[in-house]
Amino acid sequence: MTRVVVSDVSYRYPGAASPALDRVSLEVEPGEFVVLAGASGTGKSTLLRAVAGLVPHFHGGEFAGRVQVGEMDTRDQGPGELAAQVATLFQDPETQVVMGTVRAELAFPLENRGWSEAAVARAVEETALALGIDALLDRSTAQLSGGELQRAALGATLAGRPSVVCLDEPTSQLDPVAGDELVGLLRRLNEDLELTVLLAEHRLERCLGVADRVVVLDGGRVAFDGAPDGFLGWAVKEAPALATPGARLLAGVGVAPVPGVRRARLAMREKGQLPVEVSFNGPYPRQMTPRAEEALKFHRVWHEIKNGPTILRGLSFTAKQGERIALMGRNGAGKSTLLRHAAGLLKPTRGKLQAQGRVALLLQNPNDYLVHDRVRDEAPAAALERFHLSHLAARHPRDLSGGEKQRLALAIVLGDPADPPAVLCLDEPTRGMDRHVKDELVTLLTGLEASVIVATHDPEFAALFADRVMLMGDGRIIADGSPREVLAGGTYFATEVARILDGAALTAVQGIALLTKQEVPA
Amino acid sequence: MTYRRRVSPLHAARAAAGIVWCAGLGAAALIDSNPILLGAVLLAVLAGGLAAGVGHELRRALWLAVPLALTVALINALVTRNGLTVIWRFGNLPILGQTDVTLEATVYGGILGLRAATLVLCGVLYSVCVDPDEVLGLLRRWSFRSALTATVATRMLPVLLRDSARLAEAQRCRPGPPPGRMQLMRATTAGVLDRALDVAAALEVRGYGAARSAARGRGRPWSRHDLAFLCSGAAVLAAAIIGRVSGLAGFQAYPALHMAAGPGSLSLAAAVLVCALAPFADRRGIEP
Repeated sequence: MTRVVVSDVSYRYPGAASPALDRVSLEVEPGEFVVLAGASGTGKSTLLRAVAGLVPHFHGGEFAGRVQVGEMDTRDQGPGELAAQVATLFQDPETQVVMGTVRAELAFPLENRGWSEAAVARAVEETALALGIDALLDRSTAQLSGGELQRAALGATLAGRPSVVCLDEPTSQLDPVAGDELVGLLRRLNEDLELTVLLAEHRLERCLGVADRVVVLDGGRVAFDGAPDGFLGWAVKEAPALATPGARLLAGVGVAPVPGVRRARLAMREKGQLPVEVSFNGPYPRQMTPRAEEALKFHRVWHEIKNGPTILRGLSFTAKQGERIALMGRNGAGKSTLLRHAAGLLKPTRGKLQAQGRVALLLQNPNDYLVHDRVRDEAPAAALERFHLSHLAARHPRDLSGGEKQRLALAIVLGDPADPPAVLCLDEPTRGMDRHVKDELVTLLTGLEASVIVATHDPEFAALFADRVMLMGDGRIIADGSPREVLAGGTYFATEVARILDGAALTAVQGIALLTKQEVPA
Repeated sequence: MTYRRRVSPLHAARAAAGIVWCAGLGAAALIDSNPILLGAVLLAVLAGGLAAGVGHELRRALWLAVPLALTVALINALVTRNGLTVIWRFGNLPILGQTDVTLEATVYGGILGLRAATLVLCGVLYSVCVDPDEVLGLLRRWSFRSALTATVATRMLPVLLRDSARLAEAQRCRPGPPPGRMQLMRATTAGVLDRALDVAAALEVRGYGAARSAARGRGRPWSRHDLAFLCSGAAVLAAAIIGRVSGLAGFQAYPALHMAAGPGSLSLAAAVLVCALAPFADRRGIEP
């Protein structure tokens, strides 16, 4: 049974102007499931790295205070020694998987600890069975999808039966189904093995229902530390950007916020707010009306890989000018391939597509666009001004924050405002973003004249941004309609508010308007 | 050009057997200079690659091996003054001076090129057919950290290939003229450093920093393929040594060409070919 004690820890990265952690104190009991919340850059990842011993041993910098994991002090023991007690899973699975096969990946940390071959083999088999990756054991890691890679990395994290596991946004690259499965799996391991879980996450609606405790960091300090119920009440008043859509709905109709859909429904039922007889019928947050002209047309487009699978199967759809389309579906459904076809990066093996002008594409990682030494060299001045980046023109692009990099990449692909594209496609633009940056992105996108197609795993973002949602499965469009038609009825591809209100509304604002019979604010 | 488990007897064999087989062929190419023997070794490597399902990789490697072989042959022909049979007189050339190309130097250059191509293909065969994770397990008993560093460095290759493909795609999405090569090079280098740091952090939290030697257990039993490739590699090496010692693989380039090419030499070449390829005939139990 391992207790984690963080005592008055302050930490500054080498060369940083301000500390990443500022006198943080925390005690985590064995078997606790703790969610670390907060905006990007508030110290969540740094705190996890301090518990794992990477701070300060790996990153250097100025460290004060003490972190104890069981009997070990991170000042005396480095990450290698701590690995026997603390396992860590980072955001990007590609750089965490270092061996050639899943079996070797799971065995690697155990071999490092000098386990016998028999013990390694047994632990690998048991872990694979527990995580449902036994079929992947002899697969090459180079052939795995993002979701499979993340599960393999989690397997390597858990194979040595650590008593503490630190996870840094492990669901950010997963579709809603795989993300919910991962969180459920963590809860099961937490209950079965008394595993202490420290989970940093932006999509709080996904994990608050299974958490015992929430710690909020703001500017490197602990801003809140308490139970999920208390956190939601605090967040609605003190940090609205951290409040889940369900909490905002409940608070808006006078019900004390509680985590999880089931508990929210129970609370509303007790207050007589459920069932809801009618659906929300008011206007959407955006007031865009697509024009009749076609901007992009797919006509029976196929994408078949030589000696490989079929990715797109006779896809047909038309995007109207000014239309806002959210493209959803599981990992591997064909969303990214569709966008690459739209932008001309791929050619259909059958069928054809037509675009009425240039198609701009923003890929998943904005860093891939940043190749110059100064922001001003990356995009035209007018484009920088449009995205409020003019004041950063002399900075190095890689020194910008995540949100600023995304805006710069958008400025690059959109180019000169005098020559706008007909269609803008974005591939998973909200990956790893906090709610504030997502809201900023919604505002930016709704201000554009081009048709916008966004591939996303985030139903909350889709509900805020889109006026049409296309759900893809196995290379086909399996649902195509208004956000209400597609996002209201499902389980995984539905917003939290829709699940609470049986699809009667998608967002907290709509739900509150429906239940209190008020007008939706502009 | 990286390892992937395929359905073949060579992939089914343990890494130690694969190493012995590849090393046996490589050593045979180094020991004997007789073109018949060298040709047999090269043929064994190519046929073995096809039987192991890595023909595509070997074909790609030939794009490097053939120009390398031709370059070696050409340089030897131009710079070696040995040999009695002059087949071309270039006269007095700048840097090279008096240049007479002899038949002996040309033939020996060809043999050196053949040897270089064979060694390149042996190396490619090793990298695509022998599991590097198993090699790490083998080598860690002697030099854990260097083995790990080498293996992880090879792991970075596919990650960086994917990164560069993404970067190239992103640059195709930019309107206007594409950025210069230097800018792309710098951006790629910065990305490599970031990636290396991420991988290093992942290694640290997996206990790399505190790595200890693995306790030795009973290990997995030796399969028919393990034994077959071990014996095959050893037999090829033995045949090469026998050829060298007995003169059956004799070859002399200077001052005049002399090559053993009798029935004994041909039989030895056939024996090398049969020994090297025999393990591929047994395809039982080769599924992963």
